[in-house]
Amino acid sequence: MDIDKRTQELAARLTYIQDIFGQRENSSVALLRTRLEEFLEQAAHLGMRELSRQVAKLEELFSLLEGKLEVELTPMDRVRIVRHPQRVSLKDILENVYDNYTEIGGQDEWSIDPGIIIARATIARRMGKKTVHQSVMVIGQEKGHGQEFRNGGSIKPWGNANALYYMRVAEIENIPIHSYVFTPGAFPVEDYPGAAQQIAKNLYVMAGLRVPIISVFSEGGSGGAEAIALADKRLMLSHGYYSVISPEGAAAIEGGLKGKATPELIAQCAERLRITASDNLELGFIDRVVQEPPLGARPEHYDFFRKLRREVIRATDEVVDAVEALGPLRGMAIRRQGKSLDPQDIFVRWSLGQSARKKLVRRRFDKFRAMSRSACRDNRTLGARIYSSLEGMLWSAHSTLRHDFLAPHKRRLLRMLEAAEAELRALRQGVGGPLGKLLGLGDGQQRRLEVPPEALERLTNLSCPEEGPCRLEDSWVYVSPKSREDRTLTCPNAPTHGCLDLWSPDLFGEFAGVCSHCGHHFSLEFQWYLYNVFDFASAYEFNRELESGNPLSYEGFDLKLEQAKRKTGLGSSCITFETRIEGVTTVVAVLVSPFRGGTVGAAEGEKIIRAAERAMLKRAPFILYSHGTAGIRIQEGTCGVIQMPRVTMAVRRYIEAGGLYLVLYDTNSYAGPVASFLGCSPYQFAVRSSNIGFAGPGVIFETTGVEVPPKYHRAFSALSRGHIQGIWDRRDIKKNLHQALLTMGGKNLYYR
Amino acid sequence: MLNVKEMLEELNASPYEEIEINTPHTGVVEFVGLNAGDRVTGPSGKWLERPGTLLAHLTRERNKKPIYATQKGQVMDIRSELEGKFVEAGERLLTIRHFLSKEEVIGRILKKALHLFCAPERAKYYFVPEIDAKIKAGGEQSVKVREGLDMFIVSRMKRETPLSYSGPEGIIYAVYFQQGDNVDGGQPLIGVCPENQLSLIQDVVNRVQGEWEERD
Repeated sequence: MDIDKRTQELAARLTYIQDIFGQRENSSVALLRTRLEEFLEQAAHLGMRELSRQVAKLEELFSLLEGKLEVELTPMDRVRIVRHPQRVSLKDILENVYDNYTEIGGQDEWSIDPGIIIARATIARRMGKKTVHQSVMVIGQEKGHGQEFRNGGSIKPWGNANALYYMRVAEIENIPIHSYVFTPGAFPVEDYPGAAQQIAKNLYVMAGLRVPIISVFSEGGSGGAEAIALADKRLMLSHGYYSVISPEGAAAIEGGLKGKATPELIAQCAERLRITASDNLELGFIDRVVQEPPLGARPEHYDFFRKLRREVIRATDEVVDAVEALGPLRGMAIRRQGKSLDPQDIFVRWSLGQSARKKLVRRRFDKFRAMSRSACRDNRTLGARIYSSLEGMLWSAHSTLRHDFLAPHKRRLLRMLEAAEAELRALRQGVGGPLGKLLGLGDGQQRRLEVPPEALERLTNLSCPEEGPCRLEDSWVYVSPKSREDRTLTCPNAPTHGCLDLWSPDLFGEFAGVCSHCGHHFSLEFQWYLYNVFDFASAYEFNRELESGNPLSYEGFDLKLEQAKRKTGLGSSCITFETRIEGVTTVVAVLVSPFRGGTVGAAEGEKIIRAAERAMLKRAPFILYSHGTAGIRIQEGTCGVIQMPRVTMAVRRYIEAGGLYLVLYDTNSYAGPVASFLGCSPYQFAVRSSNIGFAGPGVIFETTGVEVPPKYHRAFSALSRGHIQGIWDRRDIKKNLHQALLTMGGKNLYYR
Repeated sequence: MLNVKEMLEELNASPYEEIEINTPHTGVVEFVGLNAGDRVTGPSGKWLERPGTLLAHLTRERNKKPIYATQKGQVMDIRSELEGKFVEAGERLLTIRHFLSKEEVIGRILKKALHLFCAPERAKYYFVPEIDAKIKAGGEQSVKVREGLDMFIVSRMKRETPLSYSGPEGIIYAVYFQQGDNVDGGQPLIGVCPENQLSLIQDVVNRVQGEWEERD
């Protein structure tokens, strides 16, 4: 009986190895297969003792060769390990790492999203003879060893919303969050609350969550992973992957052969994207690697769970130690844990005090701010860098003096004057009668204000015939070169709205690319907005020298990048500048679609962060205009995807400092940026005829099998879903922006 | 009296509909290499979002516009002599012979044979409880209707008003709406046939279902 079981286990181990190595021929795998077959043939003729001896020998051989095969693992093999149904799942971790747990996010298929598990779990710590049960909130995706209803750990928007709710609960209860990332990516449907919108909300809230967050990566698929992984300590299982896109997705884009990429190309992409644990550790996106048994952890590897338990306890202790004043001995002991001590032996209370909570959020920001800083090219000279940092310091001093020191006094003085004036007015109004007369305060009647003569003239003389026709529309500073074509264009709405053909010089000149019949907006160059909306000619551009690079040395990408730079004359897809909109000083960042599809990489992220910091320093509103973005730049791998939490944290910091962060979408804005720093703004508007979403219709169909209607991503759908707050006509952007500046925004905007 | 035989003969003699593709406006015609006899498809997809087969291009003022097939069928006499020529609006470019499907044939027969009672305005329509109960118990064809019979409840903006049937006496052959759904004004609610013609119509429908050969 025992022999049968052991033989079956060996057969299962062989099947697993074959699954991992796929079609690749390997001598070790062949040897194992032959030995096992030989043994099975002989087994019937062997006695019990001999059988037992042979099985033990085979087990030894398996362990030996598994160790050998471990060294030969390619990144694509690791992807297969992570996706294997025998891979450890969150349920296994809850059972084996924690001492007790209660699921609170639903049970099995009876859940708002069975792909995500939320549980209150406890870890028992020793305190002498006493045992203390420390509570944690465990949140993570569950792939469920092949359970269909888990949807492969691909989380729907409402699943992420549920996770967010319980993160807030953890914050109220002051208990740490342990998040486990087991997702190939988010389920990209826009049904309320919307995939992109919900991930953006999660990131925004996690950026300021005042409890320790520890995340453990097994399968970190882009935005879906980020939704729960913005953490103080990020651990990664040694056989896991963390990537901006699945190798298959990257191969499909790379090869331009949708769904027909060859296995070789897929494997190459897995290699180039640098998705493994050691790569991510080297790049600085994770803090530590948790070593798994050879060929990856499976539910029967109890030693691994013990190790994982030690690691999550240690990570939580370290986070608490960094922000809470622990005793000197305990602090030292925690720092030594990695070397020798068992973290269970030192007791650290995980609930934080008020000041520690603030410090925790600050440290989290600093941690992410420091990531991927060297992943872009900084072409500034040493002198320019020194000048820039000096300028920053001076502005900081100026800002502190003016806004933090003088402004409160000024405000107080103004309030006092205001109150005094109001008192006097009240006296004149209320006590107006005899006492007022006695005091010489008049009869209490307010005199009507005179209307200035020029305003009267403006109101009564609406037209000015002697100055020719009043045509304000064609007074555009920049006119699209398309207006020089002598041809007509057809509006895409012509079949349904009966729009007449439009002559190109009219359409792209006077009409600003707007169909005069139905209002459809034809796309225009980003320069049109720069000059006609943002007055770029008199703007001050900063950080132009920060340029996109090739941080992963992705093969062939240098050339593509050079081409993009030559074609657009830009160093990255982001332009940041300071300008005045109707007299209001504003910091603007523009994502430019012609530069690699407006994709966001390390340079773009850094530029947006610096722009937000500049806006914070100068107490100016911050506008992010997305002329179009296709998402995160896949060739930058995790250096790109890390911009999602990084930039979201920076804009949150700016918003919390009292700034106004306004996002304006145009043409097509998709994926990572929308699911993070664009989508987290409380004020998001779209130019008419733009599309906003997480994934395009093709990707939605390929990944989920759901067909979406043709106008699924249109701005009006986004408005109906509550993603954006309004839709603007292109010709009114400047006016609307000015109005927005006057009516929205935080407490620290001094332009009012 | 309904002449079924004649109607079927007529349909059998020309089991198709000919759709003329005309130029929507002036311009230079450029065909895409289709020949007479080629098969084309109409718009497809769940929302008919994918256009049909490209038939030709029409260029006016350097604006090249595609002309797509509006129905599935076979290209008949294509006017190749217009290739590269400037044409006026409304000029026939080609004809598509669209072979009728079973549903289309039945639809045509019923359109002639039934009296359609249409919705007077956009609203939600319900049968009055007695008729509803009858339909649920014995099917649509168990209900006899006559002029002035209170048949429907029209529900609009939380205001419910009765609606009487008007038209020839007969029995309900088909119900074209779902109770509780909004029905646009002018859309048929029920199709009524004289009681003595019921078996005849059913017979014709069965015959079409069984015998009609779909050509494509």
